[in-house]
Amino acid sequence: MNTHTQLATYNFAYLDEQTKRMIRRAILKAIAIPGYQVPFASREMPMPYGWGTGGVQVTASVLGPDDTLKVIDQGADDTTNAVSIRAFFQKVANVEVTTRTADATIIQTRHRIPEETLTDGQILVYQVPIPEPLRFLEPRETETRKMHALEEYGLMHVKLYEDIARNGHIATTYAYPVKVEGRYVMDPSPTPKFDNPKMHKSRALQLFGAGREKRIYAIPPYTDVVSLDFEDHPFEVQKFDEPCALCAAQGVYLDEVILDDHGGRMFVCSDTDYCEKRRDEGHVGPLAGDSAETAQ
Amino acid sequence: MSDHPLLRVSAVTKFYGSRVGCRDVSFELWPGEVLAVVGESGSGKTTLLNAISTRLMPTSGTVEYCMRDGKFRDLYRMGEAERRFLMRTDWGFVHQNPADGLRMTVSAGANVGERLMAIGDRHYGNIRSSATQWLDRVEIEADRIDDQPRDFSGGMRQRLQIARNLVTGPRLVFMDEPTGGLDVSVQARLLDLMRGLVNDLGLAAIVVTHDLAVARLLSHRMMVMKDGNVIEHGLTDRVLDDPREPYTQLLVSSILQV
Repeated sequence: MNTHTQLATYNFAYLDEQTKRMIRRAILKAIAIPGYQVPFASREMPMPYGWGTGGVQVTASVLGPDDTLKVIDQGADDTTNAVSIRAFFQKVANVEVTTRTADATIIQTRHRIPEETLTDGQILVYQVPIPEPLRFLEPRETETRKMHALEEYGLMHVKLYEDIARNGHIATTYAYPVKVEGRYVMDPSPTPKFDNPKMHKSRALQLFGAGREKRIYAIPPYTDVVSLDFEDHPFEVQKFDEPCALCAAQGVYLDEVILDDHGGRMFVCSDTDYCEKRRDEGHVGPLAGDSAETAQ
Repeated sequence: MSDHPLLRVSAVTKFYGSRVGCRDVSFELWPGEVLAVVGESGSGKTTLLNAISTRLMPTSGTVEYCMRDGKFRDLYRMGEAERRFLMRTDWGFVHQNPADGLRMTVSAGANVGERLMAIGDRHYGNIRSSATQWLDRVEIEADRIDDQPRDFSGGMRQRLQIARNLVTGPRLVFMDEPTGGLDVSVQARLLDLMRGLVNDLGLAAIVVTHDLAVARLLSHRMMVMKDGNVIEHGLTDRVLDDPREPYTQLLVSSILQV
């Protein structure tokens, strides 16, 4: 990269190599102990906490010049967070980027897992705000660490019990706690519980980075991921009454889109890439084509 | 009655730096027996209770507990996992301030059910019905099951704390001033309830109190502490009716008569 006349002012993928090395060591440890939160020396990134500083550091550490990167935010490739992080890596690593799930080798995500099944060799990087699943019930970090160490997870069910007592069913819809490989209880970041089954025995490597909380954890490929529940209130994912209004997909996670101020609304795939791909294949939903008119 | 004690405390001593917390305390507690530890503030009652209940490592001495399989185990030589498991299944700890022993932000039902869930109960219906039964036993109306303890009165909170501790059928309960901070009529009701429960369940208990009336009503035996030492030890009625040590005589005679 550098000639004799140029000083080293640039390192591939923003972080310096020592930092990447430190993060990779944390990642390796996390992979070795599925679901265990590994502390790491989180760096300051050129974006505010809450925008995915943890995910960006993990991505920067696993990214190579031959990788193809996809970034999604709430399933979409074209929202602010996704666009800025994608642009960031284009600039600092000059890697290829894509919006197509199948073409990507690394997918950094916030709040969703792509609808398309991930395959061997792909890495899914999650941005995590609060890695500790027990945090809201037990505020002491010393105590939650001890609870993880001794596998004392009764408290997690207290939360689910409260849900049923108040709402008649388990009302936790996102950040739904899971047990990884029969050992650690883990917070799958604020993904909807709809995506929890996709984590189970996934063929892709799943890495979780929490920048502000300085924790990295991981689910290696083909790992058991079981959502916690009660025998008489089993785990269920959200169901949608209607298919996607644009591509007529069923059994996918839908977003509600307000169309006008007279109560008009439609439900469309939250995974924009999946929706576009289906439309290219010729699937047509009830509002496809005339959604522009309706909006007017 | 069984032929061996439930808890064997030998020469437990706790120093805070050069200050004495409690010194050279030894006693045995038998199944179904209630022992009261009385004394003035700062006499080492609570230190002793914490040292026995593994909440505070004593400077020297041993505490052995007879496990359900009949074997004695030294509590401070157990692994932490095992000790914590023991604390939430075979033992109970009733704090003076219910907020220390309850989860104030989850409902009464979940407070009672927490121990059941901690030992692996995963059936919501069963957990809820045990919680309902236990609330009934401690005289809390069934329709308060989904209310949070912060909406409860002091007496109700204390009763809820007791229910939460007893739900796993413990054999030994530690109580630290269980009636402190409650008004007299509520105290009387709580004592009555506790006496009933202890008798029905055959619980052994160690009750720390500065209130001799509590000791009289609940306990079979009592120890009087002063400056970290046990100065008198005997059957409750004997100690209260015929105190031998000058300090105990002073303590007994200083009860207000109305």
